[in-house]
Amino acid sequence: MGDWLDANLVGVVNGFAIGFLLFIVAVGLSLVFGMMDVLNLAHGALFLTGAYVGAAVVGGDASWGGFLGALGLAAGLGLAGGVLLSALTEPLRRRSHLDQALLTLGVTLVVAELLVIAYGDDPLSVGAPPGLDGSVPVLGAAYPVYRLALIGVGALLAVAVFVLVERTDMGALIRATVADRDMVAAIGVDNRLVRVRVFAAGSMLAATAGVLGGPIYGARPGLDATILILALVVVVVGGLGSVRGALVGALLIGQVDSLGRSLLPDAAPFVLFGSLALVLVLRPQGLFGGRGVARA
Amino acid sequence: MTALLEVRALCAGYAGSQVLDGVDLDLERGSGLGLLGRNGAGKSTLVLTLMGLVPATSGTVRLDGAPLPRRPHLVARAGVAVVPQGRRLWPPLTVAEHLRLAHRGTGTWTPATVLDLLPQLAARRHQPAAHLSGGEQQMLAIARALLTNPRLVLLDEPSDGLAPAVVDTIAEVVLRLRAEGVPVLLVEQDLRLAFTVCDEIAVMERGTIVHRAATAAFRADPATAHRLLGVA
Ligand SMILES: Nc1ncnc2c1ncn2[C@@H]1O[C@H](COP(=O)(O)OP(=O)(O)O)[C@@H](O)[C@H]1O
Ligand SMILES: [Mg+2]
Repeated sequence: MGDWLDANLVGVVNGFAIGFLLFIVAVGLSLVFGMMDVLNLAHGALFLTGAYVGAAVVGGDASWGGFLGALGLAAGLGLAGGVLLSALTEPLRRRSHLDQALLTLGVTLVVAELLVIAYGDDPLSVGAPPGLDGSVPVLGAAYPVYRLALIGVGALLAVAVFVLVERTDMGALIRATVADRDMVAAIGVDNRLVRVRVFAAGSMLAATAGVLGGPIYGARPGLDATILILALVVVVVGGLGSVRGALVGALLIGQVDSLGRSLLPDAAPFVLFGSLALVLVLRPQGLFGGRGVARA
Repeated sequence: MTALLEVRALCAGYAGSQVLDGVDLDLERGSGLGLLGRNGAGKSTLVLTLMGLVPATSGTVRLDGAPLPRRPHLVARAGVAVVPQGRRLWPPLTVAEHLRLAHRGTGTWTPATVLDLLPQLAARRHQPAAHLSGGEQQMLAIARALLTNPRLVLLDEPSDGLAPAVVDTIAEVVLRLRAEGVPVLLVEQDLRLAFTVCDEIAVMERGTIVHRAATAAFRADPATAHRLLGVA
Protein backbone atom coordinates (compact mmCIF):
# COMPACT_ATOMS: atom_id res chain seq x y z
CA MET A 1 0.00 0.00 0.00
CA GLY A 2 2.76 2.46 1.01
CA ASP A 3 4.76 1.59 -2.11
CA TRP A 4 1.72 1.96 -4.29
CA LEU A 5 1.01 5.37 -2.83
CA ASP A 6 4.63 6.46 -3.31
CA ALA A 7 4.47 5.48 -6.93
CA ASN A 8 1.09 7.05 -7.56
CA LEU A 9 0.99 10.03 -5.23
CA VAL A 10 1.24 12.47 -8.12
CA GLY A 11 -1.67 10.72 -9.81
CA VAL A 12 -3.73 10.86 -6.61
CA VAL A 13 -3.03 14.57 -6.04
CA ASN A 14 -3.87 15.25 -9.68
CA GLY A 15 -7.07 13.34 -9.12
CA PHE A 16 -8.01 15.66 -6.27
CA ALA A 17 -7.27 18.76 -8.35
CA ILE A 18 -9.41 17.44 -11.22
CA GLY A 19 -12.04 16.24 -8.74
CA PHE A 20 -12.54 19.63 -7.08
CA LEU A 21 -12.63 21.33 -10.47
CA LEU A 22 -15.24 18.82 -11.60
CA PHE A 23 -17.29 19.49 -8.49
CA ILE A 24 -17.38 23.20 -9.28
CA VAL A 25 -18.61 22.38 -12.79
CA ALA A 26 -20.98 19.57 -11.90
CA VAL A 27 -22.83 21.01 -8.90
CA GLY A 28 -24.77 23.48 -11.05
CA LEU A 29 -25.57 20.83 -13.64
CA SER A 30 -26.81 18.48 -10.94
CA LEU A 31 -29.00 21.06 -9.18
CA VAL A 32 -30.58 22.35 -12.38
CA PHE A 33 -31.25 18.83 -13.62
CA GLY A 34 -32.42 17.56 -10.24
CA MET A 35 -34.55 20.59 -9.52
CA MET A 36 -36.12 21.54 -12.75
CA ASP A 37 -35.60 18.45 -14.86
CA VAL A 38 -33.72 20.61 -17.33
CA LEU A 39 -30.91 18.75 -19.06
CA ASN A 40 -28.54 21.60 -19.82
CA LEU A 41 -25.92 20.42 -22.32
CA ALA A 42 -24.68 24.00 -22.65
CA HIS A 43 -22.96 23.61 -19.29
CA GLY A 44 -19.72 22.61 -21.04
CA ALA A 45 -19.92 25.71 -23.23
CA LEU A 46 -19.96 27.86 -20.09
CA PHE A 47 -16.73 26.19 -18.95
CA LEU A 48 -15.26 26.72 -22.44
CA THR A 49 -16.23 30.40 -22.36
CA GLY A 50 -14.44 30.74 -19.04
CA ALA A 51 -11.38 29.02 -20.47
CA TYR A 52 -11.22 31.45 -23.40
CA VAL A 53 -11.78 34.40 -21.09
CA GLY A 54 -8.75 33.11 -19.21
CA ALA A 55 -6.72 32.75 -22.41
CA ALA A 56 -7.71 36.20 -23.68
CA VAL A 57 -7.32 38.14 -20.43
CA VAL A 58 -4.55 36.21 -18.69
CA GLY A 59 -2.71 34.61 -21.58
CA GLY A 60 0.56 32.79 -21.08
CA ASP A 61 2.09 35.57 -19.02
CA ALA A 62 -0.10 35.80 -15.97
CA SER A 63 -0.48 38.58 -13.42
CA TRP A 64 -2.70 38.49 -10.35
CA GLY A 65 -4.72 41.41 -11.68
CA GLY A 66 -5.27 39.62 -14.97
CA PHE A 67 -6.17 36.34 -13.31
CA LEU A 68 -8.64 37.84 -10.85
CA GLY A 69 -10.05 40.05 -13.60
CA ALA A 70 -10.60 36.97 -15.75
CA LEU A 71 -12.36 35.24 -12.85
CA GLY A 72 -14.64 38.25 -12.37
CA LEU A 73 -15.40 38.56 -16.09
CA ALA A 74 -16.10 34.83 -16.41
CA ALA A 75 -18.36 34.98 -13.35
CA GLY A 76 -20.33 37.84 -14.90
CA LEU A 77 -20.62 36.10 -18.27
CA GLY A 78 -21.64 32.88 -16.51
CA LEU A 79 -24.36 34.67 -14.54
CA ALA A 80 -25.74 36.30 -17.68
CA GLY A 81 -25.49 33.03 -19.60
CA GLY A 82 -27.35 31.20 -16.84
CA VAL A 83 -30.21 33.71 -16.83
CA LEU A 84 -30.39 33.43 -20.64
CA LEU A 85 -30.34 29.63 -20.60
CA SER A 86 -33.02 29.57 -17.92
CA ALA A 87 -35.24 31.80 -20.07
CA LEU A 88 -34.52 29.74 -23.21
CA THR A 89 -35.37 26.42 -21.58
CA GLU A 90 -38.40 27.67 -19.60
CA PRO A 91 -40.85 27.02 -22.49
CA LEU A 92 -39.47 23.47 -22.78
CA ARG A 93 -39.97 22.73 -19.09
CA ARG A 94 -42.72 20.20 -19.59
CA ARG A 95 -41.28 18.82 -22.83
CA SER A 96 -38.96 15.83 -23.15
CA HIS A 97 -35.30 15.87 -22.22
CA LEU A 98 -34.52 15.31 -25.88
CA ASP A 99 -36.02 18.71 -26.78
CA GLN A 100 -34.02 20.37 -24.01
CA ALA A 101 -30.87 18.50 -25.07
CA LEU A 102 -31.28 19.61 -28.69
CA LEU A 103 -31.79 23.25 -27.75
CA THR A 104 -28.88 23.43 -25.32
CA LEU A 105 -26.66 21.41 -27.66
CA GLY A 106 -27.46 23.99 -30.35
CA VAL A 107 -26.42 26.77 -27.96
CA THR A 108 -23.17 24.87 -27.29
CA LEU A 109 -22.37 24.55 -31.00
CA VAL A 110 -23.02 28.26 -31.61
CA VAL A 111 -20.88 29.33 -28.65
CA ALA A 112 -18.04 26.93 -29.58
CA GLU A 113 -18.08 28.09 -33.19
CA LEU A 114 -18.06 31.76 -32.21
CA LEU A 115 -15.05 31.10 -29.97
CA VAL A 116 -13.24 29.37 -32.84
CA ILE A 117 -14.01 32.31 -35.13
CA ALA A 118 -12.68 34.74 -32.52
CA TYR A 119 -9.63 32.80 -31.31
CA GLY A 120 -8.83 30.21 -34.01
CA ASP A 121 -8.63 26.50 -33.41
CA ASP A 122 -5.12 26.25 -31.98
CA PRO A 123 -4.96 25.43 -28.28
CA LEU A 124 -4.22 28.50 -26.15
CA SER A 125 -2.48 28.40 -22.83
CA VAL A 126 -3.40 30.14 -19.59
CA GLY A 127 -0.62 30.88 -17.14
CA ALA A 128 -0.85 30.46 -13.40
CA PRO A 129 -0.57 33.73 -11.44
CA PRO A 130 2.85 34.68 -10.00
CA GLY A 131 3.79 32.64 -6.95
CA LEU A 132 1.61 29.75 -8.07
CA ASP A 133 3.44 29.15 -11.35
CA GLY A 134 6.35 27.19 -9.91
CA SER A 135 6.57 23.70 -8.57
CA VAL A 136 7.27 22.10 -5.22
CA PRO A 137 9.01 18.82 -4.57
CA VAL A 138 6.59 16.03 -3.77
CA LEU A 139 8.41 12.79 -2.91
CA GLY A 140 11.34 13.79 -5.06
CA ALA A 141 9.24 14.77 -8.10
CA ALA A 142 8.44 18.36 -8.99
CA TYR A 143 4.74 19.08 -8.61
CA PRO A 144 3.02 22.24 -9.92
CA VAL A 145 2.02 24.56 -7.05
CA TYR A 146 -1.01 25.74 -8.98
CA ARG A 147 -2.66 22.34 -8.73
CA LEU A 148 -2.26 22.37 -4.96
CA ALA A 149 -3.78 25.85 -4.85
CA LEU A 150 -6.62 24.59 -7.04
CA ILE A 151 -7.31 21.86 -4.51
CA GLY A 152 -7.47 24.52 -1.78
CA VAL A 153 -9.77 26.83 -3.72
CA GLY A 154 -11.94 23.92 -4.85
CA ALA A 155 -12.26 22.66 -1.28
CA LEU A 156 -13.23 26.14 -0.08
CA LEU A 157 -15.85 26.49 -2.80
CA ALA A 158 -17.16 23.02 -2.05
CA VAL A 159 -17.56 23.93 1.63
CA ALA A 160 -19.24 27.22 0.71
CA VAL A 161 -21.72 25.56 -1.66
CA PHE A 162 -22.34 22.79 0.84
CA VAL A 163 -23.09 25.20 3.69
CA LEU A 164 -25.27 27.34 1.44
CA VAL A 165 -27.37 24.43 0.20
CA GLU A 166 -27.46 22.26 3.31
CA ARG A 167 -27.56 24.81 6.12
CA THR A 168 -29.39 27.97 4.99
CA ASP A 169 -33.04 28.72 4.28
CA MET A 170 -32.22 29.53 0.65
CA GLY A 171 -30.62 26.09 0.46
CA ALA A 172 -33.64 24.47 2.10
CA LEU A 173 -35.77 26.04 -0.61
CA ILE A 174 -33.48 24.55 -3.26
CA ARG A 175 -33.63 21.09 -1.68
CA ALA A 176 -37.40 21.37 -1.33
CA THR A 177 -37.64 22.26 -5.01
CA VAL A 178 -35.56 19.22 -5.91
CA ALA A 179 -37.86 17.03 -3.78
CA ASP A 180 -41.27 18.37 -4.88
CA ARG A 181 -41.44 21.67 -6.74
CA ASP A 182 -45.24 21.72 -6.93
CA MET A 183 -45.44 21.78 -3.15
CA VAL A 184 -42.96 24.66 -3.12
CA ALA A 185 -45.34 26.57 -5.40
CA ALA A 186 -48.21 25.54 -3.08
CA ILE A 187 -46.65 27.49 -0.20
CA GLY A 188 -46.50 30.60 -2.38
CA VAL A 189 -42.97 30.52 -3.80
CA ASP A 190 -42.49 31.22 -7.51
CA ASN A 191 -40.56 28.23 -8.87
CA ARG A 192 -39.22 30.32 -11.73
CA LEU A 193 -37.30 32.59 -9.37
CA VAL A 194 -35.68 29.67 -7.58
CA ARG A 195 -34.86 28.13 -10.92
CA VAL A 196 -33.30 31.21 -12.49
CA ARG A 197 -31.16 31.82 -9.41
CA VAL A 198 -29.84 28.28 -9.28
CA PHE A 199 -29.30 28.32 -13.04
CA ALA A 200 -27.37 31.60 -12.77
CA ALA A 201 -25.27 30.49 -9.80
CA GLY A 202 -24.47 27.10 -11.34
CA SER A 203 -23.52 28.71 -14.65
CA MET A 204 -21.34 31.22 -12.86
CA LEU A 205 -19.48 28.39 -11.14
CA ALA A 206 -19.01 26.54 -14.45
CA ALA A 207 -17.60 29.61 -16.18
CA THR A 208 -15.23 30.45 -13.32
CA ALA A 209 -14.13 26.80 -13.32
CA GLY A 210 -13.05 27.38 -16.93
CA VAL A 211 -10.64 30.08 -15.75
CA LEU A 212 -9.50 28.05 -12.73
CA GLY A 213 -8.86 25.03 -14.96
CA GLY A 214 -7.01 27.20 -17.51
CA PRO A 215 -3.47 26.55 -16.25
CA ILE A 216 -4.20 22.79 -16.52
CA TYR A 217 -6.39 22.42 -19.58
CA GLY A 218 -5.76 25.69 -21.44
CA ALA A 219 -8.44 26.71 -23.94
CA ARG A 220 -9.10 24.62 -27.03
CA PRO A 221 -12.00 23.51 -29.20
CA GLY A 222 -13.58 20.32 -27.89
CA LEU A 223 -12.77 21.06 -24.25
CA ASP A 224 -16.47 21.76 -23.66
CA ALA A 225 -17.43 18.21 -24.66
CA THR A 226 -14.66 16.66 -22.55
CA ILE A 227 -15.76 18.57 -19.46
CA LEU A 228 -19.48 18.12 -20.10
CA ILE A 229 -19.09 14.35 -20.35
CA LEU A 230 -17.06 14.19 -17.15
CA ALA A 231 -19.63 16.39 -15.39
CA LEU A 232 -22.52 14.25 -16.62
CA VAL A 233 -20.75 11.13 -15.36
CA VAL A 234 -20.30 12.88 -11.98
CA VAL A 235 -23.99 13.79 -11.85
CA VAL A 236 -25.11 10.28 -12.74
CA VAL A 237 -22.69 8.65 -10.29
CA GLY A 238 -23.44 11.09 -7.44
CA GLY A 239 -27.20 11.26 -7.94
CA LEU A 240 -29.38 14.05 -9.28
CA GLY A 241 -29.83 17.21 -7.28
CA SER A 242 -27.52 16.25 -4.43
CA VAL A 243 -24.59 18.48 -3.46
CA ARG A 244 -23.09 15.70 -1.38
CA GLY A 245 -23.44 13.37 -4.38
CA ALA A 246 -21.80 15.89 -6.71
CA LEU A 247 -18.85 16.25 -4.32
CA VAL A 248 -18.30 12.54 -3.74
CA GLY A 249 -18.94 11.77 -7.43
CA ALA A 250 -16.51 14.47 -8.57
CA LEU A 251 -13.73 13.34 -6.23
CA LEU A 252 -14.28 9.73 -7.30
CA ILE A 253 -14.32 10.50 -11.01
CA GLY A 254 -11.28 12.77 -10.55
CA GLN A 255 -9.35 9.79 -9.16
CA VAL A 256 -10.69 7.37 -11.75
CA ASP A 257 -9.78 9.75 -14.55
CA SER A 258 -6.33 10.59 -13.20
CA LEU A 259 -5.28 7.11 -12.06
CA GLY A 260 -6.90 5.54 -15.11
CA ARG A 261 -4.71 7.70 -17.30
CA SER A 262 -1.48 6.98 -15.40
CA LEU A 263 -2.03 3.28 -14.68
CA LEU A 264 -3.94 2.11 -17.73
CA PRO A 265 -3.36 4.80 -20.35
CA ASP A 266 -4.89 2.75 -23.15
CA ALA A 267 -7.98 1.81 -21.22
CA ALA A 268 -8.68 5.14 -19.48
CA PRO A 269 -12.04 5.85 -21.14
CA PHE A 270 -13.14 2.29 -20.42
CA VAL A 271 -12.25 2.69 -16.76
CA LEU A 272 -14.26 5.93 -16.60
CA PHE A 273 -17.36 4.56 -18.26
CA GLY A 274 -16.90 1.18 -16.63
CA SER A 275 -17.24 2.82 -13.20
CA LEU A 276 -20.28 4.69 -14.48
CA ALA A 277 -21.86 1.44 -15.65
CA LEU A 278 -21.02 -0.21 -12.33
CA VAL A 279 -22.80 2.51 -10.34
CA LEU A 280 -25.79 2.38 -12.67
CA VAL A 281 -26.10 -1.37 -12.21
CA LEU A 282 -25.65 -1.34 -8.43
CA ARG A 283 -27.45 1.90 -7.59
CA PRO A 284 -29.41 3.37 -10.50
CA GLN A 285 -30.41 6.48 -8.55
CA GLY A 286 -26.72 7.37 -8.04
CA LEU A 287 -24.79 7.21 -4.79
CA PHE A 288 -26.77 9.99 -3.09
CA GLY A 289 -29.77 10.51 -5.36
CA GLY A 290 -33.24 10.08 -3.98
CA ARG A 291 -34.75 9.52 -7.40
CA GLY A 292 -33.93 7.17 -10.23
CA VAL A 293 -31.96 8.48 -13.17
CA ALA A 294 -34.15 6.26 -15.32
CA ARG A 295 -37.14 8.37 -14.34
CA ALA A 296 -35.42 11.59 -15.37
CA MET B 1 -73.09 37.64 1.51
CA THR B 2 -71.56 35.65 -1.35
CA ALA B 3 -69.73 32.41 -0.71
CA LEU B 4 -65.97 32.63 -0.06
CA LEU B 5 -65.27 30.04 -2.75
CA GLU B 6 -67.37 29.85 -5.90
CA VAL B 7 -66.59 27.18 -8.47
CA ARG B 8 -68.57 27.25 -11.72
CA ALA B 9 -68.50 24.69 -14.56
CA LEU B 10 -64.89 23.81 -13.82
CA CYS B 11 -63.26 21.40 -16.29
CA ALA B 12 -59.74 19.99 -16.14
CA GLY B 13 -57.76 16.87 -16.91
CA TYR B 14 -54.45 15.39 -17.91
CA ALA B 15 -52.84 15.36 -21.37
CA GLY B 16 -55.86 14.50 -23.47
CA SER B 17 -58.13 12.90 -20.88
CA GLN B 18 -60.74 15.14 -19.27
CA VAL B 19 -61.36 14.34 -15.61
CA LEU B 20 -63.36 17.25 -14.18
CA ASP B 21 -66.54 17.67 -16.16
CA GLY B 22 -68.23 20.85 -15.01
CA VAL B 23 -67.84 21.09 -11.24
CA ASP B 24 -70.05 23.59 -9.39
CA LEU B 25 -69.27 24.22 -5.75
CA ASP B 26 -69.80 26.91 -3.11
CA LEU B 27 -68.11 27.17 0.25
CA GLU B 28 -69.22 29.65 2.92
CA ARG B 29 -66.92 31.15 5.50
CA GLY B 30 -66.39 28.76 8.38
CA SER B 31 -68.15 25.88 6.69
CA GLY B 32 -66.87 22.34 6.31
CA LEU B 33 -67.66 20.40 3.16
CA GLY B 34 -66.93 16.68 3.10
CA LEU B 35 -66.25 15.51 -0.44
CA LEU B 36 -66.86 11.81 -0.92
CA GLY B 37 -66.74 9.60 -3.97
CA ARG B 38 -65.30 6.40 -5.33
CA ASN B 39 -61.65 6.04 -6.30
CA GLY B 40 -60.96 7.77 -9.59
CA ALA B 41 -64.01 10.03 -9.36
CA GLY B 42 -61.79 13.12 -9.68
CA LYS B 43 -61.65 14.37 -6.08
CA SER B 44 -57.87 14.79 -6.01
CA THR B 45 -57.94 16.33 -9.47
CA LEU B 46 -60.42 18.91 -8.17
CA VAL B 47 -58.15 19.74 -5.22
CA LEU B 48 -55.09 20.07 -7.49
CA THR B 49 -57.02 22.13 -10.04
CA LEU B 50 -58.24 24.57 -7.37
CA MET B 51 -54.62 24.91 -6.25
CA GLY B 52 -53.50 25.63 -9.83
CA LEU B 53 -51.37 22.49 -9.97
CA VAL B 54 -53.53 20.94 -12.69
CA PRO B 55 -54.49 23.52 -15.31
CA ALA B 56 -58.21 24.20 -15.70
CA THR B 57 -59.42 23.92 -19.28
CA SER B 58 -62.59 25.95 -18.70
CA GLY B 59 -64.84 27.27 -15.97
CA THR B 60 -64.31 29.88 -13.26
CA VAL B 61 -63.12 29.86 -9.68
CA ARG B 62 -63.66 32.89 -7.46
CA LEU B 63 -62.30 33.50 -3.99
CA ASP B 64 -64.09 36.24 -2.08
CA GLY B 65 -65.50 37.52 -5.37
CA ALA B 66 -62.14 37.82 -7.18
CA PRO B 67 -61.06 35.36 -9.87
CA LEU B 68 -58.48 32.93 -8.49
CA PRO B 69 -55.10 33.29 -10.24
CA ARG B 70 -53.89 30.39 -12.40
CA ARG B 71 -50.31 29.94 -11.25
CA PRO B 72 -50.07 27.87 -8.04
CA HIS B 73 -47.82 30.24 -6.10
CA LEU B 74 -50.31 33.05 -6.72
CA VAL B 75 -53.20 30.81 -5.64
CA ALA B 76 -51.29 30.16 -2.41
CA ARG B 77 -50.69 33.88 -1.92
CA ALA B 78 -54.39 34.54 -2.54
CA GLY B 79 -55.02 32.42 0.56
CA VAL B 80 -55.58 28.81 -0.50
CA ALA B 81 -53.62 26.03 1.22
CA VAL B 82 -53.52 22.35 0.41
CA VAL B 83 -52.73 19.19 2.35
CA PRO B 84 -52.36 16.93 -0.67
CA GLN B 85 -53.11 13.25 -0.95
CA GLY B 86 -49.98 11.32 0.02
CA ARG B 87 -48.78 14.34 2.07
CA ARG B 88 -45.97 15.22 -0.36
CA LEU B 89 -43.50 16.51 2.21
CA TRP B 90 -39.91 17.29 1.26
CA PRO B 91 -38.21 14.15 2.67
CA PRO B 92 -34.66 15.50 3.17
CA LEU B 93 -35.83 18.68 4.92
CA THR B 94 -36.18 18.75 8.70
CA VAL B 95 -39.43 19.57 10.48
CA ALA B 96 -38.04 22.99 11.41
CA GLU B 97 -37.08 23.68 7.79
CA HIS B 98 -40.58 22.80 6.61
CA LEU B 99 -42.05 25.20 9.16
CA ARG B 100 -39.68 28.06 8.34
CA LEU B 101 -40.14 27.80 4.56
CA ALA B 102 -43.92 27.61 4.72
CA HIS B 103 -44.46 30.53 7.11
CA ARG B 104 -45.94 33.58 5.40
CA GLY B 105 -48.42 36.30 6.17
CA THR B 106 -49.26 37.91 9.50
CA GLY B 107 -52.10 35.70 10.70
CA THR B 108 -52.43 33.56 13.82
CA TRP B 109 -50.19 30.79 12.57
CA THR B 110 -46.49 30.95 13.33
CA PRO B 111 -44.10 28.04 13.87
CA ALA B 112 -44.66 28.51 17.62
CA THR B 113 -48.49 28.46 17.52
CA VAL B 114 -48.49 25.50 15.12
CA LEU B 115 -46.23 23.54 17.48
CA ASP B 116 -48.58 24.38 20.36
CA LEU B 117 -51.42 22.81 18.39
CA LEU B 118 -49.33 19.84 17.19
CA PRO B 119 -46.92 19.23 20.09
CA GLN B 120 -45.81 15.85 18.77
CA LEU B 121 -43.85 17.73 16.09
CA ALA B 122 -41.91 19.84 18.56
CA ALA B 123 -39.83 16.91 19.79
CA ARG B 124 -38.88 16.06 16.22
CA ARG B 125 -37.88 19.52 15.06
CA HIS B 126 -34.45 18.49 13.85
CA GLN B 127 -35.48 15.23 12.19
CA PRO B 128 -35.76 15.01 8.41
CA ALA B 129 -39.37 14.45 7.32
CA ALA B 130 -38.33 11.08 5.90
CA HIS B 131 -37.71 9.80 9.45
CA LEU B 132 -41.15 10.72 10.84
CA SER B 133 -43.97 8.25 11.44
CA GLY B 134 -47.01 8.38 9.16
CA GLY B 135 -49.00 10.32 11.74
CA GLU B 136 -46.20 12.82 12.32
CA GLN B 137 -45.82 13.28 8.58
CA GLN B 138 -49.51 14.12 8.28
CA MET B 139 -49.22 16.58 11.17
CA LEU B 140 -46.31 18.21 9.37
CA ALA B 141 -48.25 18.40 6.09
CA ILE B 142 -51.09 20.10 7.99
CA ALA B 143 -48.65 22.42 9.78
CA ARG B 144 -47.13 23.41 6.44
CA ALA B 145 -50.56 24.36 5.10
CA LEU B 146 -51.57 26.31 8.24
CA LEU B 147 -48.35 28.34 8.23
CA THR B 148 -49.33 30.05 4.99
CA ASN B 149 -52.15 31.62 7.07
CA PRO B 150 -54.78 30.57 4.54
CA ARG B 151 -58.36 31.75 4.03
CA LEU B 152 -59.37 28.33 2.67
CA VAL B 153 -57.90 24.89 3.33
CA LEU B 154 -58.13 21.86 1.03
CA LEU B 155 -57.46 18.50 2.73
CA ASP B 156 -57.16 15.39 0.55
CA GLU B 157 -57.65 12.14 2.46
CA PRO B 158 -55.70 13.28 5.55
CA SER B 159 -56.72 10.25 7.64
CA ASP B 160 -55.43 7.74 5.11
CA GLY B 161 -53.68 4.89 6.92
CA LEU B 162 -53.49 6.67 10.30
CA ALA B 163 -54.27 5.56 13.85
CA PRO B 164 -57.49 6.79 15.52
CA ALA B 165 -55.62 9.15 17.84
CA VAL B 166 -54.10 10.93 14.85
CA VAL B 167 -57.49 11.14 13.15
CA ASP B 168 -58.82 12.81 16.32
CA THR B 169 -56.09 15.45 16.05
CA ILE B 170 -57.03 16.05 12.41
CA ALA B 171 -60.67 16.53 13.47
CA GLU B 172 -59.57 19.02 16.13
CA VAL B 173 -57.58 21.03 13.55
CA VAL B 174 -60.51 21.17 11.10
CA LEU B 175 -62.92 22.32 13.81
CA ARG B 176 -60.47 24.95 15.01
CA LEU B 177 -60.05 26.31 11.45
CA ARG B 178 -63.80 26.46 10.97
CA ALA B 179 -64.24 28.22 14.30
CA GLU B 180 -61.85 30.90 13.02
CA GLY B 181 -63.97 31.34 9.89
CA VAL B 182 -61.66 29.41 7.56
CA PRO B 183 -63.70 26.98 5.44
CA VAL B 184 -62.39 23.47 4.84
CA LEU B 185 -62.88 21.21 1.84
CA LEU B 186 -62.25 17.72 3.18
CA VAL B 187 -61.87 14.83 0.75
CA GLU B 188 -62.31 11.66 2.81
CA GLN B 189 -62.87 7.92 2.67
CA ASP B 190 -63.32 7.87 6.45
CA LEU B 191 -67.03 8.70 6.70
CA ARG B 192 -66.89 9.05 10.48
CA LEU B 193 -64.31 11.83 10.23
CA ALA B 194 -66.25 13.59 7.47
CA PHE B 195 -69.50 13.34 9.43
CA THR B 196 -67.84 14.63 12.62
CA VAL B 197 -66.22 17.78 11.23
CA CYS B 198 -68.32 18.74 8.18
CA ASP B 199 -71.70 20.43 8.12
CA GLU B 200 -72.28 19.39 4.51
CA ILE B 201 -71.48 16.38 2.37
CA ALA B 202 -71.03 16.32 -1.40
CA VAL B 203 -70.50 13.27 -3.57
CA MET B 204 -68.44 13.29 -6.74
CA GLU B 205 -68.88 10.87 -9.59
CA ARG B 206 -67.11 10.89 -12.94
CA GLY B 207 -65.89 14.45 -12.54
CA THR B 208 -69.04 16.18 -11.33
CA ILE B 209 -70.83 16.76 -8.05
CA VAL B 210 -73.83 14.44 -8.22
CA HIS B 211 -75.24 14.93 -4.73
CA ARG B 212 -75.06 17.48 -1.97
CA ALA B 213 -76.81 17.49 1.39
CA ALA B 214 -76.47 18.66 4.97
CA THR B 215 -74.51 16.09 6.97
CA ALA B 216 -77.51 15.16 9.12
CA ALA B 217 -79.70 14.65 6.06
CA PHE B 218 -77.01 12.59 4.35
CA ARG B 219 -76.65 10.33 7.39
CA ALA B 220 -80.41 9.91 7.60
CA ASP B 221 -80.49 8.57 4.03
CA PRO B 222 -78.27 5.47 3.96
CA ALA B 223 -79.88 4.24 0.73
CA THR B 224 -78.47 7.19 -1.21
CA ALA B 225 -75.09 6.82 0.44
CA HIS B 226 -75.07 3.17 -0.48
CA ARG B 227 -76.04 3.84 -4.08
CA LEU B 228 -73.39 6.57 -4.53
CA LEU B 229 -70.53 5.15 -2.53
CA GLY B 230 -71.18 1.42 -2.35
CA VAL B 231 -71.03 1.56 1.45
CA ALA B 232 -73.59 1.07 4.17
N1 LIG C 1 -51.27 12.61 -13.02
C1 LIG C 1 -52.25 11.99 -13.72
N2 LIG C 1 -52.11 11.77 -15.04
C2 LIG C 1 -53.09 11.17 -15.75
N3 LIG C 1 -54.26 10.77 -15.23
C3 LIG C 1 -54.46 10.96 -13.92
C4 LIG C 1 -53.47 11.59 -13.09
N4 LIG C 1 -53.95 11.67 -11.83
C5 LIG C 1 -55.19 11.11 -11.87
N5 LIG C 1 -55.48 10.69 -13.11
C6 LIG C 1 -56.75 10.06 -13.52
O1 LIG C 1 -57.79 10.96 -13.26
C7 LIG C 1 -58.92 10.28 -12.75
C8 LIG C 1 -59.34 10.89 -11.44
O2 LIG C 1 -58.33 10.66 -10.48
P1 LIG C 1 -58.30 11.35 -9.05
O3 LIG C 1 -58.62 12.78 -9.21
O4 LIG C 1 -57.03 10.98 -8.40
O5 LIG C 1 -59.53 10.60 -8.34
P2 LIG C 1 -59.87 10.44 -6.80
O6 LIG C 1 -59.02 11.36 -6.02
O7 LIG C 1 -61.32 10.77 -6.74
O8 LIG C 1 -59.61 9.01 -6.46
C9 LIG C 1 -58.56 8.82 -12.66
O9 LIG C 1 -59.06 8.16 -13.80
C10 LIG C 1 -57.06 8.83 -12.69
O10 LIG C 1 -56.56 7.67 -13.31
MG1 LIG D 1 -57.64 10.97 -4.56
